[in-house]
Formats: sequence, structure tokens, C-alpha cells
Amino acid sequence: MSSGISDAQARNTADAVARRSYGKLVAFLAARTRDVAAAEDALSEAFASALTTWPLTGCPTSPEAWLLTVARRKMIDVVRRRRSGEIAAAQLQVLGEEFDVTVADVAKDVEVPDQRLALMFACAHPAIDAGIRAPLILQVVLGLDASMIASAFLMSPTTMGQRLVRAKDKIRQAGIPFRIPEREELPGRLAAVLDAIYAAFAEGWADPGGTDVARRDLPEESLFLGRLVTEMLPEEPEALGLLALMLHAEARRRARRNAQGEYVPLAEQDPALWDWQMIDIAEELLRRGSALGSIGRYQLEGALQSAHVYRRRTGRANWTAVVQLYDALWALSGSPVVAINRALAIAERDGASAALNAMPDVAADVRLTEYQPYWAARAELLAKTGAYDEARHAYEIAIGLERDPAVRRFLQRRQSTLPGLQSDTS
Amino acid sequence: MQYLLMLYSDESGWSNMKPSDQEQAMGAYHAYTEALNKAGALVGSNRLRPISSATTVRVANGKTQVLNGPYPDSKEQLGGYYLIDVPDLDAAISWAARCPGASHGIVEVRPVWPTRT
Repeated sequence: MSSGISDAQARNTADAVARRSYGKLVAFLAARTRDVAAAEDALSEAFASALTTWPLTGCPTSPEAWLLTVARRKMIDVVRRRRSGEIAAAQLQVLGEEFDVTVADVAKDVEVPDQRLALMFACAHPAIDAGIRAPLILQVVLGLDASMIASAFLMSPTTMGQRLVRAKDKIRQAGIPFRIPEREELPGRLAAVLDAIYAAFAEGWADPGGTDVARRDLPEESLFLGRLVTEMLPEEPEALGLLALMLHAEARRRARRNAQGEYVPLAEQDPALWDWQMIDIAEELLRRGSALGSIGRYQLEGALQSAHVYRRRTGRANWTAVVQLYDALWALSGSPVVAINRALAIAERDGASAALNAMPDVAADVRLTEYQPYWAARAELLAKTGAYDEARHAYEIAIGLERDPAVRRFLQRRQSTLPGLQSDTS
Repeated sequence: MQYLLMLYSDESGWSNMKPSDQEQAMGAYHAYTEALNKAGALVGSNRLRPISSATTVRVANGKTQVLNGPYPDSKEQLGGYYLIDVPDLDAAISWAARCPGASHGIVEVRPVWPTRT
């Protein structure tokens, strides 16, 4: 029979299970009651008992089944303590039904039914505030703690904690279901899930050097979620497009900084530093997506990444194709961010003056006044047309808006190379 | 779960309608109620009389205040409700979207607090 193991071994096993199955266990425990917070509490107590029990008894054959059994017992205790009468009876019945069968299955090494995707659909439900969907998925599907998520999303831990609690209350009280939506409503609902995953990924990018511990793992976790969605919905072209987009960006991570930690723009990156295996996978995903015959934002953005990689790899200018992709993306989203990138591509094809005309108007969208890439793009285009004073001013604003020191230094270098001003004070 | 679908709209919109349009709208509500009934989702439903018939009551410091008119006086008024019993919020939302009231006003979907026994 199993004998005792060391505390360290118990902890390693528990960590491995948490890493592999946290979201699966939460989804399973909460699927019937829709009480995510109770499921998380019970699961964390189960993990705590594992750390004290396993060193004495040895690791169970199926740690997942062990944790599920203990967690369910804790949930039942809570219901008994808090409620009485019919409601308790109903909830206890919910906790009892199906459960024993499944725990027995898990013990026999049959997989726990994976309801993580259904859980993600609940977290990204239209009834949940859009801004909290990505943090909610990171917490309940991946088990990241609120303070880490807060720091990644530049929010105070208290505020983040409260918003997560409110969102979980909403799921339970409003009766948001854990299910994958029907075909007719799937595209819109899936878009919310994909947007949340991409938001988590983009937050991770705010720290491209990977020096901030709290942010470092977000791209990796987002890629995990992206893969999970494509595995469970392999025929959804936008899910494939999002994964391709993230892989393309991730493949160039190392090249975005030089040995001194300075920012390196795409046009100056060394393709030898790119992860070509990752790029190949991304390209294959895009091909699979396009064969399904329904275009969307993420496939277009993935295709743009692909076009940039092709140009750098072959040295062949493909700006007409790039502008066309931006045209399609612009038609789809109308986003000023897309318009800025489109203008930069037009600059390569038709020159800087044409590009300045294609830039979005600040008067039309005041948010642009606080958007660093708008001012940086404007500065670059103005510099190319010889309007150096205006360019200097635009760089000034871009520098003032940037929060990443490496990018700030890059913009300052660009600004200092503008001719026409004797700024050398030494 | 039970949900209360609360139908809010601008009452003047109704009174300004031609009788033939009013008749058509009534027909749509009738059909909607029938569909809910057929699906076994209907618990109860009522149409409310106009806000001019409303009275607001409040007891403060042991004194009962009775005010003429609705609370609060807003542009859109509660004009009726459906109490439905469906499995989850998605089902409630899809019923709310079919409600004729959602096309000429708004439908607020609220879960009902289960009663303790």
C-alpha cells in the first residue's frame, strides 16, 4: 500500500494537478450550482488538506478524484451550515447527482469531462461587464490570484478583488449557464471569449522584456487558453486566427529587445532571432482558418503578421497586399488604431503625404489625443515630409504618453535625429 | 429559475398609435403570451394601466404619505410584466428578445429571489 511521502513531494504533486486541472475542477464543481466562488473556496481547502494528508498517506492514484471528493464534501458542509429546508435539499441534490459516478470514473482514470470552455463562455457572457471578462477567465480557468491579475491590468488589488467577486455573484444570482452556445449565437458569443483571451495576451505584451514577474506569464497563459478553444472548437476560423495572431507576436518576442534591452522596431529586427517553428504553426493555423471560408478580425490581423514576416524573410516589398488587408480590417472594425497602421502602410506604398491624409482625425475621436502610437506615427510621417518642427512636437507628446521606458528612449532617439535644431547643450 | 421580465416603454407612444396599429400590437402580445404558455415557461403576466392611475405610498416616522403619480417619474414607464420559469439566463434573454415590448421599449430581466421555506 502507499506509504508516506515528503512534504515537498506532496506539494509538487498538488502544484502539478493545480497547473493541469484547476479550471477543469472548478468548472466541474460549479457547473450545476453556478457558484464559482464556493467551488474555488472548496477546491482551495481541498488543496490545503492534500498538503497535510498526502505526506502521511502517500499520493492517491487519482489526485483529481481525491480533490473533487474532498472539495464536494466541503461544499456540502457549507450548504448545510448556511441553508435550511427546501433550498438546501435542492442544492444538496444538485451536488449529489452525477457526481458520484464521475468521481468513480476519474478514479478509474477516465478523464473528468472538460467544461472549461463552457466556464469561459459563462465568464464572457454579455451579462458580465466586458472589462472584467479577461481577469475573470484568468482567475477561474487558470487559478491566477487577484493581486497578480490586478497588477497585470494596472488596477488596485482591492478593486480587482471586488470586481471579481461581483462578477462571480452575477453568474450565480442571474443564473448564467455553463454551456457552449448554439450554432446561431455562437459567433457573437465566441467573439467575446476570444476578445477576453486577446486582452489578457495584450496586457502581457505591455512588458515585452518579461522583467515584471506578474506579467511575464500572461502571454503563455493566453496561448494555453487559445489552444484550448481551438481544440474544443476546431472548426471556428476566428479561434484559429486568434491563436495564429498570438503565436506570430510571441515568435518575435526575443527580437523586440536588443542585448542592451532597447526597443527594436519590426523593420530592424533580426529574423534569425524569431521562433520559426512557432511561425510555421501560425501559418498552418491561418491556412486551416481560411479554408473554412469565413473571414474575421483575428484572421485578418494574423494574415497581416504573416505578410510582415514574409516581407522581412524574402526582402520583397508587399505593401499593396498589406494595405488591402488593412482596408478589409478597417471596413470590419472602423477602429482608429487600424486606421493608423493602415496609414503607415500607405506611407510605404504611396509616400508620407498620402499617408498623412489617410491618418484618422483627432477631432473625430478624442481618445486619439491620449494614444501614443497615433502621435508616434504622425511624428514619423511628418519627419518624412520635412515638417521637422511639427514632427518634434508630435514626438514630444508620444514620449510623454509612453509608459515603457525602452520605448520612450527609442522615441527620444528618433526625436533627437531630426535636423534643424541645435539641442546639444553639453 | 424564475425571472421577471419588466416591460418599460414611453406610454405616449401607445396613445399616439393608430387603432389598427394598436390592434396589431395587441395581437403580437397575445401570440407571445401564447408561445410562452405553450413552452410551459409562463408563470404569470399582467398589463398595467397607465401611470396616470398610479398612486405612491410611503410610511415615514409612523405617518403614511400618499402621493398621486408613479415613482419615479421617468421618460419610460413600467407597463407590464411576465413572470417566467426557465432553466437559465440565456433562456430568459431569448424570451425577452422575442417580447414585442423589446422592440418599442426595453425589457429588464431580473432573477427572482427564491423563497425560503
